[in-house]
Amino acid sequence: MSSLLEEMDQRALERGIPLAVQFDLTYRCNERCAHCYLDHHDRGEMTTPEVMDVLDQLAEAGTFFLTFSGGEVQMRTDFFRVLEHARSLLFCVKVKTNALMIGKAEAERLRELAVESVQVSIYSHRPEVHDGITNLPGSLERSLAGIRLLREQGVKTIIVNVLMRQNLQDYPGVIALAKELGALFTVDPTVTPRMDGDRSILSLGISQADLREVFRTPELVGNVNEFCAPPKPADGETLNELPCSAGHTLCYISPYGDVHPCVQFPLAAGNLRARKFLDIWRHSPQMTAVRSIRARDLTVCSTCAHLGSCTRCPGLAYMEGSMRGPSRLDCAKSFARTGIPFADKLPKEQVELRP
Amino acid sequence: MPQLYIARSGQISARELDGEMMIMSARDSQLFNLNELGTLIWQAADGATSLEDIVNEKVCTQYDVERSEALEDAEAFVREMAEHGILLVSDQPIRAANHNQPPAERP
Repeated sequence: MSSLLEEMDQRALERGIPLAVQFDLTYRCNERCAHCYLDHHDRGEMTTPEVMDVLDQLAEAGTFFLTFSGGEVQMRTDFFRVLEHARSLLFCVKVKTNALMIGKAEAERLRELAVESVQVSIYSHRPEVHDGITNLPGSLERSLAGIRLLREQGVKTIIVNVLMRQNLQDYPGVIALAKELGALFTVDPTVTPRMDGDRSILSLGISQADLREVFRTPELVGNVNEFCAPPKPADGETLNELPCSAGHTLCYISPYGDVHPCVQFPLAAGNLRARKFLDIWRHSPQMTAVRSIRARDLTVCSTCAHLGSCTRCPGLAYMEGSMRGPSRLDCAKSFARTGIPFADKLPKEQVELRP
Repeated sequence: MPQLYIARSGQISARELDGEMMIMSARDSQLFNLNELGTLIWQAADGATSLEDIVNEKVCTQYDVERSEALEDAEAFVREMAEHGILLVSDQPIRAANHNQPPAERP
């Protein structure tokens, strides 16, 4: 993070401003990815005027970074009207899409509207693997065509490669594709539980041994020595730190108007059809509870050697039973990075990313 | 010296935080934090008011500064912002001054 961005984040934190918001416009999707954590039925999405009003409220609340995601955002026929309104309010907009519906006109419009970046998930350079994960024949070819159009317009495009057992060996091919297309590349080695709590899709995730290998691959993590460095001992300052930005400077809004601390933290704090955003953000008991937590309050993690460097996600911990408890997926990551046992003291064979 | 006119670019993201503008250039994703004075000039950049008038009517009335020095500093500031695509600068009034509104056509 740049120092100016850090300063901006700190000022937002001190003033209780939701600096970054992810707004899922729809859960509907034209792909059926094997690892997706969402239910794709439309259970009453906000209307266009409702979405526009939410954007007005977010601008008033001081939100700067706005990520539109889904589902597939372009399943909403009003997507470009929503995007135009967001840009007229001067949000820094990032768009997550599978790019299947990006043609020349859409790519031009995204450039004209000066979106900060467009993020597209590509699982493999091999159609049989990518299409096998999306469950949509021809999807790799179509997504790549969309990315090419975006790049022709000079739109910053980021290829995200979610690593699973099915595609683990293919990341070099995806990196090569990104280079060829002039896109940025990032990797995500985590499959998360479904929003309804179903953990069965975790079986798609890579093994602990493979995760260890991933974390020792410079192409994927950069400086391995830094990335895998043992954690520094926790001191008083560490114990007073916030677990993460969720609910502090970060917020999530569902297509139905539910406000959560983060996309990965399904704790409904209120609904925008019933209350104003700032009322929920500032006064809901759920947000207040999330904000009250410091590292010293974490039931297991406060005594863990990894406290100061763990990527512990309070949302995943919440889905496991307690927002103050450990997130086993992150315990496994800390162990894979450093080889140092974590406080839960689970036997190694149990520290699998699989359920 | 010819008059300078300035307008806010539509290719930026911006939000006011504590009376100061945080601005990101779409050209290179570079982030800028304008101080109070820079924020005042940026907010007055409507394409129709000359920089000299902005300095006279906004800056010199709110800050204890010498007029010629303020104008010189303001000009350096707007030229730097123009280099990053944050402000548009012209020696003529800039039409369609509300550059925060995206074009009307849709795909």
